[in-house]
Amino acid sequence: MSLWPELELVLPDVSKPARYIGGEGGMVEPEHHPSKVAWLLAYPDTYEIGLPNQGLQILYEILNERDDAVAERAYAPWVDMEAEMRAAGLPLFSVDTHRRAADFDVLAFNLSAELVYTNVLNCIDLAGAPVRAERRADSDLLIGAGGHCTYNPEPLADFVDFFVLGDGEEAVSEINAVVRDWKRAGKKSRQAVLRELATVEGVYVPSLYDVAYDGPALVSITPRFADVPAVVEKRTVADLAAWPYPKHQLVPLTEVVHDRLNVEVFRGCTRGCRFCQAGMITRPVRERPAEQVRTMVADGLARSGYDEVALTSLSTADFSGIEEVVSATMDCGAGEVSVSLPSLRVDAFTVGLAAQIQRARRTGLTFAPEAGSWRMRQVINKLIDERDLYGAVESAFSQGWRRMKLYFLTGLPTETDEDTLAIGELARNCVDLGRAHTKNPSVTVSLGGFVPKPFTPFQWFGQNTVSELQRKIFLLRDDIKRNRGVQMKWHDPKASMVEGIASRGDRRIGRVIEEVWRQGGTFQEWSEHFDYDRWTQAMERNGLSVDWYVHRHRTEDEVLPWDHVSAGLHKDFLWQDWRDALNEVGLEDCRWTPCYDCGACTGYSIEHIVASAVPPAGGSQGTGQVPAGYQPPAAVAVQLSGSGTRASS
Amino acid sequence: MNPNEAPRTRVRLRYGKNGRIRFTSHRDMARIWERSLRRTGLPVAQTEGFSPRAKLHFGLALATGYESDAEYLDIDFKCAEMAVGDVLDALVSVLPDGIAATGGSVLAPGTMSLQQAVTSCDWDIELLGASADDLARWVDKVRGATTLMITRERKGKQITDDLAPQVRVLEVGEPTSRGVRLLATLGTQPRSARPSDLFAASELPYRPVLVRRTRQWIEQDGARLEPLEVGAAPAQRTLVGVQ
Repeated sequence: MSLWPELELVLPDVSKPARYIGGEGGMVEPEHHPSKVAWLLAYPDTYEIGLPNQGLQILYEILNERDDAVAERAYAPWVDMEAEMRAAGLPLFSVDTHRRAADFDVLAFNLSAELVYTNVLNCIDLAGAPVRAERRADSDLLIGAGGHCTYNPEPLADFVDFFVLGDGEEAVSEINAVVRDWKRAGKKSRQAVLRELATVEGVYVPSLYDVAYDGPALVSITPRFADVPAVVEKRTVADLAAWPYPKHQLVPLTEVVHDRLNVEVFRGCTRGCRFCQAGMITRPVRERPAEQVRTMVADGLARSGYDEVALTSLSTADFSGIEEVVSATMDCGAGEVSVSLPSLRVDAFTVGLAAQIQRARRTGLTFAPEAGSWRMRQVINKLIDERDLYGAVESAFSQGWRRMKLYFLTGLPTETDEDTLAIGELARNCVDLGRAHTKNPSVTVSLGGFVPKPFTPFQWFGQNTVSELQRKIFLLRDDIKRNRGVQMKWHDPKASMVEGIASRGDRRIGRVIEEVWRQGGTFQEWSEHFDYDRWTQAMERNGLSVDWYVHRHRTEDEVLPWDHVSAGLHKDFLWQDWRDALNEVGLEDCRWTPCYDCGACTGYSIEHIVASAVPPAGGSQGTGQVPAGYQPPAAVAVQLSGSGTRASS
Repeated sequence: MNPNEAPRTRVRLRYGKNGRIRFTSHRDMARIWERSLRRTGLPVAQTEGFSPRAKLHFGLALATGYESDAEYLDIDFKCAEMAVGDVLDALVSVLPDGIAATGGSVLAPGTMSLQQAVTSCDWDIELLGASADDLARWVDKVRGATTLMITRERKGKQITDDLAPQVRVLEVGEPTSRGVRLLATLGTQPRSARPSDLFAASELPYRPVLVRRTRQWIEQDGARLEPLEVGAAPAQRTLVGVQ
């Protein structure tokens, strides 16, 4: 039964009511049936942030293509809508057919950031289920979660019935089969279905594990039953070509982030940046065939009416034959199609590519050197030579760009004030390069506080304190404030601290998340709602030390809260890479150089799928194949077909 | 070719906005039209400059949450002739649920823009929990008032207007399952009087649950015309689906 008649009385009184109406192009209004499993796929943030999420859209399509499943979507209601819903007694609902959450069998969350955890609890509560898994009855919703944050599932272990690690394309159907059989048999025992789910590869059911502590230390997390895996391995789709999803990307009626066609060109990244969790947990590299990319772009543009397409991945300039794919994309369709490459590598080749793409308006370019000094970049294994960065910047200014944004991290392992100040030096040099081409070159430094993540070599590193991060931010700010053309923005170090609590916390952190939520702490990733004191007070009241959870260096023999789940990476590989980091030793990109056995391929008998055996043109970073005598060109004029007019270089 | 000399045909469309899509904003509608027209593959003219956009000219904004049977949009096509029927046909499969193009006409060069030309709109307003008798008393009171002062913010300035002359028609309509309907015709020049302005100025004691614009009018030389009937060049006049 649709809640629409009640909802339409509430919507005139809330901000951005189009968040709640659904009706997107590509939306499905599935027919529910007692023999089909009904999934409510939820993104625990606003509609504008959640709608474009590709993972959720992929599962939405796969499930709706099945004849034993239906899937709809829900997003976290904004605070004004939540107040109206609670006042009117309205539960969490789907935007597709406006069904109440309780009409579904599974409520499954996409977890892409730690600060949304309180929203997860709020959505479960609005759905009408007890927030604590142990209090749920047989008939209550099954609460699932997937996404990058599930690589440390423990902070949400008390609230989520099952987690899925890794790629969901195949696992979702296997989970559906288990829930379907349980549903058809009358949903008799919740315990039974959870036991069955735990046998699906990639599924972690936290209630089936015992956790032992010794004072503050975690001693073990062990399965309570023989058929429950001691270590849950992630799922990996071996070949992206087999999964050309989403086929019908949702086209929203109202404005959202990334409001364009998104086509994933490859998954995984082996550049090996040591701070980057995404690059570690999504290995190996699996490229989509160029022909399939072209088809998905052409079909997607025709179906959606978009005039912009993003070729997405963790580093799109690394895609084999990227120039041909970009050319084909731009010539696709009748009118002007613009292409965006969300993650730019820092080198002149990439700028040449960007120049081809942005034929007309050259506003700004964003690069992520991540650290200011070569020493620091060796520590983090982001092996961008200064020649690469300056080559890229020179190339960009000479081809008509006026503004550049540079992303950096602070609070990295072994970082000294000299490293921090080197960021200012880089920015100044970039502005100087720009002066030769434009009167008012502008370089914005964007500084984020580093938060160590599970399954990275930096998982053992003690995060910098709030005051230390603040000191470094001000150090740099004071250093560059008199430099014309250099601006600086930074991320709130207090938010980084709270992110750190959840990033590497154990199961006891669940009490903190619950307390912050009960005090009304939702939308913590939104600065206007973020409440630092609530978090520190909740930690204190629960007898948990921020220093112990966030700022402490871990030891090699320590049991980590995520040791019972696996991204394939050998722990000794990560530890060796951590020691290499401290010794400022870099590591090559294994997609073009011999395997160093991190475990992500060998453990699962899969391999990289990369069309080109050699690294892309230009740029030395991380390829391990710097040609002898390589000199980055002062300005690169990449010869590509259909490149149109361009500022002379 | 100089873009100013390129052949152009301006087509005025009438469309409805009904159902859940009524909660999209005026800006959302602009994006929806741009994407939908791109999907038709029709030769819509583009603006010049760094980021070319479709040349669309929208009429009076409809408040978020209101329905309408009578929204209008002028589209420039980069061709000397464009059959309205072809435009309407091409739109059928690409417009989202709740948006339907219901008529159109080719405009003569120099036709006044919708924003300038429309002089009044008809409104059908469903009031929650209202009874016909009580509403009739409120209607009498409003019609008897000599002034209906309201202060609104327009372009950042506080502007006080008397709404009374803008209330052309005000009457009680049919009862509904939720209440009763109020029918109104409100003037739009020099500043548009909206149903919400009327409610604010007259202390309406009921909650409007559904507001629908049913007609827009252009008063011209003593005649009251539908916007599709205005300025169409007689030779190529291609009225389709006039109400």
